[in-house]
Amino acid sequence: MATIASTPGASTPGASAPGTTARGRRPSGERTALLGWSAANLLILGISLVPLLWLVSLSFKTPASITDGSFIPNEWTLENYRGIFGESLFTRALLNSLGIALISTVLAVVLGSMAAYAIARLAFPGKRLLIGLALLIAMFPQISLVSPLFNLWRQIGIFDTWIGLIIPYLTFSLPLAIYTLSAFFREIPWDLEKAAQVDGATPLQAFLRVIAPLAAPGMVTTAILVFIFCWNDFLFAISLTSTEQSRTVPAAIAFFTGASQFAQPIGSIAAAAVVITIPIIIFVLLFQRRIVAGLTSGAVKG
Amino acid sequence: MRRRSEPETQTAGEAMANAGEPTNADERTNGPAPANRRRAPLSAGARAERRLGWALCAPAVIVILAVTAYPIGYAVYLSLRRYDLRFPDDSKFVGLANYATVLTSSLWWQALAVTVIITVISVAIQFVLGMALALTMHRALVGRGLIRTVILIPYGIVTVVAAFGWRYAWTPDTGYLSGLFGDATPLSSQVWGIAVIILAEVWKTTPFMALLLLAGLALVPEELLRAAKVDGATAWQRFTRVMLPLMKPAILVALLFRVLDAFRIFDSIYVLTAGAYDTRSVSILGYDNLFTALNLGVGSSLSVLIFLVVALVAFIFVKGFGTAAPGGEGRR
Repeated sequence: MATIASTPGASTPGASAPGTTARGRRPSGERTALLGWSAANLLILGISLVPLLWLVSLSFKTPASITDGSFIPNEWTLENYRGIFGESLFTRALLNSLGIALISTVLAVVLGSMAAYAIARLAFPGKRLLIGLALLIAMFPQISLVSPLFNLWRQIGIFDTWIGLIIPYLTFSLPLAIYTLSAFFREIPWDLEKAAQVDGATPLQAFLRVIAPLAAPGMVTTAILVFIFCWNDFLFAISLTSTEQSRTVPAAIAFFTGASQFAQPIGSIAAAAVVITIPIIIFVLLFQRRIVAGLTSGAVKG
Repeated sequence: MRRRSEPETQTAGEAMANAGEPTNADERTNGPAPANRRRAPLSAGARAERRLGWALCAPAVIVILAVTAYPIGYAVYLSLRRYDLRFPDDSKFVGLANYATVLTSSLWWQALAVTVIITVISVAIQFVLGMALALTMHRALVGRGLIRTVILIPYGIVTVVAAFGWRYAWTPDTGYLSGLFGDATPLSSQVWGIAVIILAEVWKTTPFMALLLLAGLALVPEELLRAAKVDGATAWQRFTRVMLPLMKPAILVALLFRVLDAFRIFDSIYVLTAGAYDTRSVSILGYDNLFTALNLGVGSSLSVLIFLVVALVAFIFVKGFGTAAPGGEGRR
């Protein structure tokens, strides 16, 4: 985390501005630089937000005005939201998405923590093989698994069930979890555990009071990353499900047909898209520091 | 000038090759680590530690292998059989006939070409933009935190949702971008379709690239840049001669991640064009073969071929460019 957050020494205004130390010009130069940076910030903000804002705008448009191409709705309506929440196709999918993603997240963090603890703290042969394996899996083309899993799941009867999605999600999120967690676990001063025991704490107390609080941030970060991964998946969701019973929201959106047979589903799709996006965005913004640390922890040697 | 005192990094290949025999690399990298009893005959404690290590990793390994190694083996088996889902009883061993079907089909080669084009162009753009963003965040006077927060927004948006956002932006009569090129309808031609797909891909994943590069940028010592400046190096020279070489490990890992991830592109294409107008990627082709053509035999041989291509790319990165395994040995 520290590697990213702290470069307080870097006060040179732009790499291409040599010799800005001439005293007289400094304030105006700084003001220009500030303006430039603000403009850059605004530009990046705009580009990042536009596709989402467009969907928000579409979701508030009435069926009549949805094709007007205007970025700000001329007639506002909540009908699209009322529509999707009145339909089991969407509400059931939302429940499926939440349930499947939460269960996968908990399992991935538990199994991942066990493996990451072993990798960070214990000496045992096969450790590198494990890290190599995790790397391979993280890169694995999911489509290669779809055909065999489709057939296998039908044969053992877990096609179109929660568990049928949880298992592949677990597989693809475990490497992520193991990387992130072992990077965090390496930073924990494990000697504190012994120190607490010397001071009279039982092993359980030492673990719960000393180690668990130190490990928690890494686990929360990992949980967020894994949750986003599961929430985001589309390929498995459309391949390994066939009914409302276990279809998640991204898959369900692709099957929307609109409130009535004649209504364009654009409004409904936009509303559903906004509903599943806003909570994640809020989450991401709240935990941005940790997410950045987690995303980059496994990938850079420092 | 200070040299980085890290031990030389190890590639994933080496790491795996050495996996069986314990070396003392751990002690080297972890500094004064406990548990330095390897050279002596194993004590009871060390044996217990090994057993615990294996026991703790076992569940994760089992889940991972159960859903990857076994299905890939099963895919190889299926790919050698004629297996049409409409006539499941008619399945029989046909040798390499399915592979012949795929490799002589123009659909496969076209999908592969489209996938490679999308991968190469989008990763190249991501690299340039990501580097610009990373440098911006590294140098920013104001709003460093703001930019870092904002660029996480695309990361947080579900790919399918973002793809719908782009699709409706370009849909004739509906979208705010549809009039941009006159009467042209970008999502109904191959070149423009691919361009929009690349745009969506770049928008979604440049932030990730930028963050990886930013973390790599933090490894470049500030003194070194100042020293180069004193010696008269221009900004461009400092970037290409000092920063880039020092960031090379981080860059290679970021590129490896992005290339392999871009190669399996599926979601955006499914939503944007559904593979129409010859914009199919290999993943879309595999999906279509399974769920539209219902041909499990040919679909499985596609799965195996895609897996082989990805393995080849990873191998080239690791062996050819010496990309080190992220999270492997060599870190603090």
